Amino acid sequence: MKAKLNDFKINIMARSVNEGFLRTVVAAFSALADPTIEEINDIKTAVSEAVTNSIVHGYREKQGRIYIDAVLFSDNTVKIKIRDKGCGIEDVKKAMEPLYTTAGDERSGLGFSVMESFTDKLSVRSTPGKGTVVTLTKKITGKCE
Amino acid sequence: MRFDFSDKVLTVFLSGEIDHHNAGNIRQRTDSEIIKCSPTLLVLDFTDVTFMDSSGVGLVIGRYKLAKEIGCNTAVTGVSARDKKILMMSGLQNKIEFR
Repeated sequence: MKAKLNDFKINIMARSVNEGFLRTVVAAFSALADPTIEEINDIKTAVSEAVTNSIVHGYREKQGRIYIDAVLFSDNTVKIKIRDKGCGIEDVKKAMEPLYTTAGDERSGLGFSVMESFTDKLSVRSTPGKGTVVTLTKKITGKCE
Repeated sequence: MRFDFSDKVLTVFLSGEIDHHNAGNIRQRTDSEIIKCSPTLLVLDFTDVTFMDSSGVGLVIGRYKLAKEIGCNTAVTGVSARDKKILMMSGLQNKIEFR
């Protein structure tokens, strides 16, 4: 059975200025598992997408906080939960379709596609009116391809 | 970021991190430069971009649409393999040239 080796939690105001901080802090935590630069960048990108979703969609009508809970396991997987208490997603399946967006022309609708592409596992749980939890799981191999 | 305009070609040298937070400023500055110069070719140079998420895709699509309205083609250059993968998820390669 895989054991928990390390974890950290953070919660912060859901402001766009914090997007860079959050992806960097999760990347720094993941760096403890000795990943490749490529793996670190995968994590940064996926976290950036999830955090941006919370800010752009979850908290589009109110202010709130983003809660991140990251765990490093003995099998070198990192599990990152990104949670908001925003408006939630009515239809998660629809939201996860590539190129689907409700946020207008400047958003590509690729957030979930990118998260899926750069991690090993993506799960999205959402309750309309309550919020959304995105869980990203990534195996750190530390091997250069 | 900086701009170069010569022979009707507007080159935008993007730099640093392109995310949702930064994209707004890049968008505004680039759009006013496109409108001011009225180029026939817009080149978005990603050589000095250190990070990009899907906000970069929205940024490129938005500028492509504006450029198209004034009869201007769009190309991207200096894109890393990772950023190319993200840009191509949107099918952008069918609309703009990757150099």
